[in-house]
Amino acid sequence: MVKVYTSSVIDTPASEVWARIRDFNGLPGWVPAVAESRIEMQQPADKVGCIRNFTLKDGGRLREQLLALSDYDFSVTYSILESPMGVTNYIATLKLTPITDGNRTFAEWTAEFDCAPGREAELARTIGQGVFQGGFDSLKRRGG
Amino acid sequence: MIRVAKSTIIDAPVDTVWAILRDFNGHESWHPAVSASRIEGRRTADQVGCVRDFHLAAGGALREQLLSLSDRDRTLSYCILDAPIPLRDYVATVRLRPVTDGDRTFWSWDSRFNVPAGREAELTQLVGEGIYEAGFAAVKGLLGKAIAARSRATGTVTVTRPQPRPAGETMRCNAIVIDAYGGAEQLRWRAVAVPPPGPGEVRLRHTAIGVNFIDIYCRTGYFDLLTPPGVLGMEAAGVVLDVGDGVRELSPGDRVAYACPPVGAYSELRNINARLLIPLPRDVGDQQAAAILLKGMSAEFLLHRVHEVHDGQTILVHAAAGGVGQLLCQWARSLGATVIGTVGSREKARIAREAGCVHPIVYQEEDFAARVRELTNGHGVDVVYDAVGRDTFAKSFEVLKTCGHLVSFGQASGPIPPIDIAGYASKSATVSRPNFGHYTDTPEKVRAISDNLFRNIRNGALRVMVDRLVPLREAAEAHRALEGRLTAGSIVLKPD
Repeated sequence: MVKVYTSSVIDTPASEVWARIRDFNGLPGWVPAVAESRIEMQQPADKVGCIRNFTLKDGGRLREQLLALSDYDFSVTYSILESPMGVTNYIATLKLTPITDGNRTFAEWTAEFDCAPGREAELARTIGQGVFQGGFDSLKRRGG
Repeated sequence: MIRVAKSTIIDAPVDTVWAILRDFNGHESWHPAVSASRIEGRRTADQVGCVRDFHLAAGGALREQLLSLSDRDRTLSYCILDAPIPLRDYVATVRLRPVTDGDRTFWSWDSRFNVPAGREAELTQLVGEGIYEAGFAAVKGLLGKAIAARSRATGTVTVTRPQPRPAGETMRCNAIVIDAYGGAEQLRWRAVAVPPPGPGEVRLRHTAIGVNFIDIYCRTGYFDLLTPPGVLGMEAAGVVLDVGDGVRELSPGDRVAYACPPVGAYSELRNINARLLIPLPRDVGDQQAAAILLKGMSAEFLLHRVHEVHDGQTILVHAAAGGVGQLLCQWARSLGATVIGTVGSREKARIAREAGCVHPIVYQEEDFAARVRELTNGHGVDVVYDAVGRDTFAKSFEVLKTCGHLVSFGQASGPIPPIDIAGYASKSATVSRPNFGHYTDTPEKVRAISDNLFRNIRNGALRVMVDRLVPLREAAEAHRALEGRLTAGSIVLKPD
């Protein structure tokens, strides 16, 4: 089991960052690599269990299922159903915590997954630095 | 039940902060409200269940008990047993988390308790501000002093600290001097004297020197940043040897770098205004810094300040395999832009593609304007980055979309003819002619740009490519290679 942990500080209040993140269908609005996203079966994007089906600008397609969503904890947990990355048992959580000193946001993104032997480091780097840190950098640029 | 939650970011690694906070009896050494503390009985401060008995600086005694301690989660919780203030059922939790983006620490301090009716606001403030926020400030102060003391005492891991020299001694060294404007043959290796640093200055021993196209403009006299005789060069990394009067933020042995006028980098030693220097992070090497600082800072303000490139834009980068060109490609791509580039050969097309340019165009083989129109379905691009100048400028305008932005920041192919600004109305186009000096003329601007640059080196968005390492005395060779467009990455000069 590979574990990835990436965290960052975003200079915007947590409620504003959360407003963007809680939209499970909203990745194209803040993740630079994502081209477009749809929720399957016409379900609302905050229905726990819904599936987002999205394409990357490089052509890759992913399906991810919403496992948990908390407006109280500012956290969202999801699993990957299909992806070109070659990961299995992938579960990730993105959680925000308000930093009272400066009214900023502490953002944490964790993932656990299995993969083919020998690919652990590469995938951990791609996910931790490419996807997660890339997402945080994008949120910072957008001011949440 | 009242809940108080305070949190902050500490500019130190999580294990450093945890080493301070996990000591349940250590608060007397850092918290300003605590005067003397001891653990009751024969227990140690990390035994869960132990009780600390302490006095407040303002008077009064408290007893608190450790309820949980986890080195794995870096959390501890405790309750109040006895206190002179009516905080009932008080349970608090201290929790640290690493901020992987920058190696800092998130620290939260939460509690729940009951108070007598009418005293909610007063006691909430006492706990939140008088205890938690005062504690944050105290630990920040403690670590700030510790870090400053450590850097003064031991310097860095990569540099052997030189013996401080007595002030007032002139040192001799070798430098590349030009006596007249002209070709590369004007670069002469010669002994020069470097006096002790004046007020506000430091004297540096260079460890790596960057070579840039602007050095050629200075050598030929196209730019008037140097009046012969003089020493070229605007980018280097090095070590502080000694400091002049009034310099408080740098000490001998500090690793620093700079990318700015005044010229004088092609030398083993030099004096320079301390305010122009950037302290080098430990994870950025001297040759890396000399290879990337000027080009990387240029890329930073071109992509973030002159024009704000973002997700979804299409940009055209001329000389996409060149030093700044590759950085523009890498960085723009990481920002989510689609990058088209022009290059001078198929080999350079490969280099540009590796840097993130998805459509490298070999300009000798096809008309880049026609190809850009085709790639953009006739719409053109949002912004063109053009340092080629005479040969590309007119067509760069042609490929702009409506309200596009033509950023001209060099003229490698020759001077740009006068432009017809009224013609720009046909596209509502913007043209910019940014000058590095104006984006880097205060320490604050330089720090903001270099911090962003180092962050993007660290997170892998930018790769530093040293094409060749040339002895400083052979700087003329480096100029010929650059003028002959033989390089695909940075040239770094190395003093002996």
